Amino acid sequence: MADPVFIGVAVLTVGSAIFALETRELIYAAIALAISMLGIAGFFLLLDAPFVAMFQIAVYVGAVAVLIIFAVMLVSTKALFTPREDKKRKGAGIVLMLIIMASLGAILLASGLNGQFGNFNESQAIDFREIGEQMLTYYAPTLIILGLTLAGSVIAALALARREDVTTASGGEEQHHGRAD
Amino acid sequence: MAELIDFLIISAILVAVGIYGLIVKRNAIRMLIGIEIIANAANLSLVAFSRSLPNAQGQVFALFSIAIAAAEVAVGLGLVIVAHRLYKEIDVAEFRSMRG
Repeated sequence: MADPVFIGVAVLTVGSAIFALETRELIYAAIALAISMLGIAGFFLLLDAPFVAMFQIAVYVGAVAVLIIFAVMLVSTKALFTPREDKKRKGAGIVLMLIIMASLGAILLASGLNGQFGNFNESQAIDFREIGEQMLTYYAPTLIILGLTLAGSVIAALALARREDVTTASGGEEQHHGRAD
Repeated sequence: MAELIDFLIISAILVAVGIYGLIVKRNAIRMLIGIEIIANAANLSLVAFSRSLPNAQGQVFALFSIAIAAAEVAVGLGLVIVAHRLYKEIDVAEFRSMRG
């Protein structure tokens, strides 16, 4: 039914996702998140979507994980550890996780999807030219709005993280002196 | 070859793991990691349905979703940096007041 490649990628993805949430050091958590994203990209390759897999690797492993690692470096080391962890809260979280897992799994198994769309034929693989065509014709306004959203959010992140007290105090005065001379 | 239901079950497991991280962890960066795991589970089920229908629009949606998630992480980490500057702490339980 399920081939060994699928099982290996599934174990890698879920295991590193759990490790990313459970390890005590945030820098290992960021690396484990990158490995989990690589596992998701492996699933995309198994689903004959190499373009989405390359996009996933470029954005998640290349940008998001590195961004999290840089944020971890900027945060002081004292704040990175969580020495006290509420046992009761953790137990309740695990119980809720198992309930969600079991109920979603029961819904999926009862939904009739099992075996109905099961056969992935080789001839049905989606060409990436079709994705490009859809993006540039039907989804062209969405693509433009997406670009504007990305630009706006990057500018917003820069404006949030900027410290006006330090930069204007030193840089502004030097410029002023330079002009006066 | 794995079937559609296998990918959907992996997606459900990842959603549950991400929700667990969101409700148990109090570290802001770790909560962002949980959000990323949930977003990736959604992308996985989008691409799985796109493969099984077959329809290219699911993959287009997954691409848009990945780009939006990148923007969200940028703003979220900017907020974490600002909160750390204000409170010297990234524990969300310590963010008691919303004043700057």
